[in-house]
Amino acid sequence: MGRDVELIFDKGAPGRRGSSLPAMDVPKADDFPEELRRGAPPRLPEVSELEAVRHFTRLSRLNFGVDSHFYPLGSCTMKYNPKFHEKIASLYGFAALHPLLPQLRRGGALTQGALAVIYETERLLSAILGFEQFTMQPLAGAHGELTGVMLIAAYHKDRGDKDRKVMLIPDAAHGTNPASAAMAGFDTKIVPTDNDGNVDLEVLKSLLGPETAGIMLTCPNTLGLFDPNTKEVCALVKEAGGLSYCDGANLNAIIGRVRPGDLGFDVMHVNLHKTFSTPHGGGGPGAGPVGVAEHLVPFLPISRVVKRQDGTYTLQYNYPKSIGYIAPFYGNFAVILRAYAYLLTLGRKGLVRVGENAVLNANYIRARLAGKYEVPYDRFCTHECVISASKQAKQDVHALDIAKALIDRGFHPPTMYFPLIVKEALMIEPTETESKEELDEFINAMLEIAETAETDQDALKNAPVTTPVSRLDETLAARKPRVAE
Amino acid sequence: MKRYTKDHEWVELEGDIAVVGISEHAAGELGDITFVELPAVGNDVILGDPIAVVESVKAASDVYAPISGTVKEIHSELEEDPGIINTSSEGDGWICKLDNIDIAEFEDLMDKKAYDEFLKED
Repeated sequence: MGRDVELIFDKGAPGRRGSSLPAMDVPKADDFPEELRRGAPPRLPEVSELEAVRHFTRLSRLNFGVDSHFYPLGSCTMKYNPKFHEKIASLYGFAALHPLLPQLRRGGALTQGALAVIYETERLLSAILGFEQFTMQPLAGAHGELTGVMLIAAYHKDRGDKDRKVMLIPDAAHGTNPASAAMAGFDTKIVPTDNDGNVDLEVLKSLLGPETAGIMLTCPNTLGLFDPNTKEVCALVKEAGGLSYCDGANLNAIIGRVRPGDLGFDVMHVNLHKTFSTPHGGGGPGAGPVGVAEHLVPFLPISRVVKRQDGTYTLQYNYPKSIGYIAPFYGNFAVILRAYAYLLTLGRKGLVRVGENAVLNANYIRARLAGKYEVPYDRFCTHECVISASKQAKQDVHALDIAKALIDRGFHPPTMYFPLIVKEALMIEPTETESKEELDEFINAMLEIAETAETDQDALKNAPVTTPVSRLDETLAARKPRVAE
Repeated sequence: MKRYTKDHEWVELEGDIAVVGISEHAAGELGDITFVELPAVGNDVILGDPIAVVESVKAASDVYAPISGTVKEIHSELEEDPGIINTSSEGDGWICKLDNIDIAEFEDLMDKKAYDEFLKED
């Protein structure tokens, strides 16, 4: 291990301090029960202030983020997060708010601004995506999924439709979908993808029946493709008595161009930390608001922010059919606030250009890599493109090796080995915030790697060489995790 | 003689007992296996039911019952050492054994030659 990853405990010297304190001038508390005392003093770092500063500054320079590097991690929409949002979120009136304040007597009057932010963001999302209402409560994408399928379960239960236990999930859906459905008590069945990358309609028809609770469709799907039959899929599910759930993690591709509610979806979650540009990937918590059509509104979680006739805002809890609390307080408020700032700064026209540029960037990469890499579903893609390292695999260079080689070239690796239906998959999502120059640098690196795969496989097998540690033993870490030390 | 499914499970008869595992091809595709979730002994399974989960550094995959029956024995050593599937997926890396099986279902599965052909097409 190099010096860069030395622990702070291994630095400094016994007795070294960051500051000098005066001698203790109060009596030592020695009536503390013996059994509660530790046997030996705690092992704390003994470093000077400068050593501590250098240590953490060095670590921060090893950090890999969208502020420093291109980050085309497919399905994650690692777009740039404008600093203006941070400024808004750090305004004293927002940052210093206590979450219990609106529930205290007269607290509502003191928190009108914050309640307005939740309410207005909810209204904007409903309008943009074509739903009756949103709940802003879910704290992450998968939490939104779980909330969404719980709403579907509540809907069927309320109608006395007890046999609807099967949730259909295409094999091009996000991996969290079956987990969310199973957690909500559904049995899951897989719907295969046809040769064009769409839902196999014939198999779907054969799976639909009185047991169908619904379908969870990732739209666009994880191949980065928009299924032209989406409307028909929703209609077929509806005809069978089921509901359609839209996993909106890939919303970046279609935002402002099509409203999922208009396609026939009954419920959808969006990821504010993807499409709506709030920090994530270690940079902050997420938020997964869930939108519903009219027939699911009674089941939405509490609390809900409503607007009174006099224009003021208040929290409402009295919804007898609600699935209840799914999160403390009102969701990740500071995340909602950043998303609200994003929506207002972009406006209606700006929001449409987000999707257009995200799709343009992904297709540019797909088209330029097509000769050197296999593109399994070679058609117009949406916000991300899925390529395969199958050509390189013949030289024993795999998706993993290409990903590691990209690190040496200054790029975050794309998502690997996903979706599962593509062998040696590399899923590249550039997002709209990258310039053509940056995309060209990435493409050139990918083309150079493809060439190296022909001539010098070892060079790729040994990557990365520019990082403090090279390849970690992921297998051993997964088989024998040591999380307690 | 082993028989195979399109989902890459294998099954082999030991008298009235069916031994179940995943094919060499499947193990190769998954890469290093890090965790195996085994079924409960005594569970009745129907052909096509998920009976086990195999996780690797790349993915988590369901293992489907290649034949209906009752779980008679599980290979609990895999919980400690899932890598056995990588070193011997079609031998020491078996996952579970089923009894109360229907031989007709076994006969319907692909033999080695048909499975190899299937892999080529896939």
